[in-house]
Amino acid sequence: MHSFGYRANALLTFAVTILAFMCAIASFSDNFSNQTPSAQIQILNINWFQKQPHGNDEVSLTLNITADLQSLFTWNTKQVFAFVAAEYKTSKNSLNQVSLWDAIIPEIEHAKFWIQISNKYRFIDQGHNLRGKDFNLTLHWHVMPKTGKMFADKIVMSGYRLPDAYR
Amino acid sequence: MDWQGQKVVEQLMQILLVISGVVAVVVGYATESFRAMMLIYAGGVVLATLVTVPNWPFYNHHPLKWLDQSEAEKHPKPQVVAKKRFSKK
Repeated sequence: MHSFGYRANALLTFAVTILAFMCAIASFSDNFSNQTPSAQIQILNINWFQKQPHGNDEVSLTLNITADLQSLFTWNTKQVFAFVAAEYKTSKNSLNQVSLWDAIIPEIEHAKFWIQISNKYRFIDQGHNLRGKDFNLTLHWHVMPKTGKMFADKIVMSGYRLPDAYR
Repeated sequence: MDWQGQKVVEQLMQILLVISGVVAVVVGYATESFRAMMLIYAGGVVLATLVTVPNWPFYNHHPLKWLDQSEAEKHPKPQVVAKKRFSKK
């Protein structure tokens, strides 16, 4: 501690170390938050249901997505990334997950929403297995922190079914 | 800065920074504001820097007692003895 530079260096190093501890504590505090998200998805319309030239099925849907993700936000949340995936089983794959829509929610005020849109990303199968297929629509979310660990979870909504014939 | 000052400065720096950190986390968590935590801690770091880094006068209240010039002349420095060279066989 005999010179200005020595003291400045010691202080800065110690300050950054303490900052690292503070960020670890902030991230750990996320484990104590009470999270009660809710969501509902309605398929309003099957716009069209075709077989592609290469043989893969494709379907276009109009979805009505209602969700309240406000309880996911903590003091250490930067944004929440949410996406809706159609999940189903075929003989070739035990699990198919096709992402239909996603959104970045930067603030808690935008986390309670109602949106009616056609699927943002194309719903294309690996093959032609979609006729009469039962599938789940799952809302996944990733809570991205300002510092530390990211939490991810989902709500599975089942009971959806595609038509038996192309339209 | 004298020895006593250096010891005080080291302790003060550590205590100020730790307390800033603790207060920052507690206030930030209580007010649900990450920004509050960062601002309080930044303020604490600036305060600690201003208190401990510059060479304030009160860190020099216990100066080193250097040997008096007349005493030094009574005890001359030891002479360097010429080294023997060992030749390699």
